[in-house]
Amino acid sequence: MGKFSFLTAIFLLVFGLSYAQTDHSGHDHSGHDHSGHDHSGHDHSGHDHGDHAKDQPATIKKKTNPNVNRTKRKQNNRAGNSHDHSGHDHGSHAGHDHAHGDHGHSGAHVNACGIAGEDPSVFNAGKVAFHHISDQNIYSIGPWHLPLPCIVKTSEGWDFFSSGNFKADYHGTSHYAYKGYVLYEGSLRRIVNPSFPKDKVELHHGDIAIKVEPHPSTGKPVDVVYVCYNNTAYKADNKSTADAGLFGGGITSFYDFSITKNVAGMFIVVFFLFFMMRSVAKAYKTREGKAPSGVQSLIEPIFVFIQDEVCKPFIGHQWEKFTPFLMSLFFFILGLNLFGQIPFFGGVNASGNLAVTAILALITFLVVTFNGNVNYWQHIFWMPGLPAWVKVIITPVEIVGNFILKPATLMLRLFGNITAGHIVIVIFIGLIFIFGKNGTNPGAAYGATIASMLLTLFMMALELLVAFIQAYVFTLLTASYIGAATEEHHAH
Amino acid sequence: MTGSLAAIGAGLAVIGAALGIGNIGGKAMEAISRQPEAVGDIRANMILTAALIEGAAVIAIILSFFAG
Repeated sequence: MGKFSFLTAIFLLVFGLSYAQTDHSGHDHSGHDHSGHDHSGHDHSGHDHGDHAKDQPATIKKKTNPNVNRTKRKQNNRAGNSHDHSGHDHGSHAGHDHAHGDHGHSGAHVNACGIAGEDPSVFNAGKVAFHHISDQNIYSIGPWHLPLPCIVKTSEGWDFFSSGNFKADYHGTSHYAYKGYVLYEGSLRRIVNPSFPKDKVELHHGDIAIKVEPHPSTGKPVDVVYVCYNNTAYKADNKSTADAGLFGGGITSFYDFSITKNVAGMFIVVFFLFFMMRSVAKAYKTREGKAPSGVQSLIEPIFVFIQDEVCKPFIGHQWEKFTPFLMSLFFFILGLNLFGQIPFFGGVNASGNLAVTAILALITFLVVTFNGNVNYWQHIFWMPGLPAWVKVIITPVEIVGNFILKPATLMLRLFGNITAGHIVIVIFIGLIFIFGKNGTNPGAAYGATIASMLLTLFMMALELLVAFIQAYVFTLLTASYIGAATEEHHAH
Repeated sequence: MTGSLAAIGAGLAVIGAALGIGNIGGKAMEAISRQPEAVGDIRANMILTAALIEGAAVIAIILSFFAG
């Protein structure tokens, strides 16, 4: 902890200082430099299409109709699209320039298809936070991206390739399209349109941009990624999600079974735990009768604590049967929680991922359900010792409680606690950009850097505590559910 | 400003959970001061009960995320 806090403090200081120095010169489009360590507010900034709509309804109308853009843009020279602001030459964006002209930023970059993308002069803390806690198809350590294997199932079959093909920039947006896929903010997107080239094609900065459009079924405004290639805007599918777009993500044409950042992080944790536990287990044979040493003396007190304080009192006489399961749960969750807290090591947020916690809760649910004895089922469906009319009321309550609420709360508790901690840390770091007014107020940025450093250190210490408590609570609740399901009959 | 009603809902849920968990913590402290030898049992049950309450609060907050 001490070392990490120290590193964090140093990094935040360097980070804040370099930010304040580079950005008050009033330059815009820091997105053009690919130096790799400029994670300033511009890179992550959201956009506010609401403002655009107010300022220039004509532009929006034009934007929502790609055909109009396409024909208009085809007449224009695409040269220099990536680095000059040719998009601003067009009359339709004059109002946009004007709106941001007063603080030295010329607003969002407009690509050859007339899609403005994100406005780098707006810092959207919520969006930055959600981007940072989300899963990605690349494993980023600082400015370096380690490629990960992509495994994609579409209606045309399976696709296997490495995410290194995309040559992602520091922000996780690809420089190349490959097999009809692009990477946007670290996540894989598929272009359904068959006329998009299937081989590796180079894209320019700003060619992958988002547009706000109403969701096809709910009508809510959602971000849609467009890829501009040869002056034509191709719509890219949303991220592949297990919920099939139930939570507003949009239905996608592909299933992403890739080894993502979270999966890779889980593999690392599992291998680490496996070899650590194996060496500890060996030590009990080779050093039998001696005092524990090394890793053994780290693991033993934790193991004995869980065994004596969780397994024995909460499960009862069958505790030996379930101890291996509970220990695996505890150390796996603890490992993920702690691994996710190592700064600048990819930010693997596996235990703050709903899919991961859902599977953990499902495993617990299955273990409880398959080990439940007669009394357990009797207490759910026909609670003994109660008048019949109360039983009729109690039975649905018990069914909902045991089959829905218990797994759901297990899932959401772990997810919520870990995610909330990560979001708070990102927001605290975001304070630098909020107070620094995105580069225009370096003095406030310096002040906010110090405040943010202290708050982040406090939050990381708290998160360390939460990592242990949540792993403990998950194990404790699992033990108590198993205990309730395997309890022997008592006289009423 | 959007989603503010959902934020108020999340805040209300947290008030309820905070009252509940505060009550649990307070009572547990009282119980420990009465029976210091039972500190292990009391602590485990305190955390278990607090976790159950927290579950309700977390569900409310996450639902407000999706609603907002």
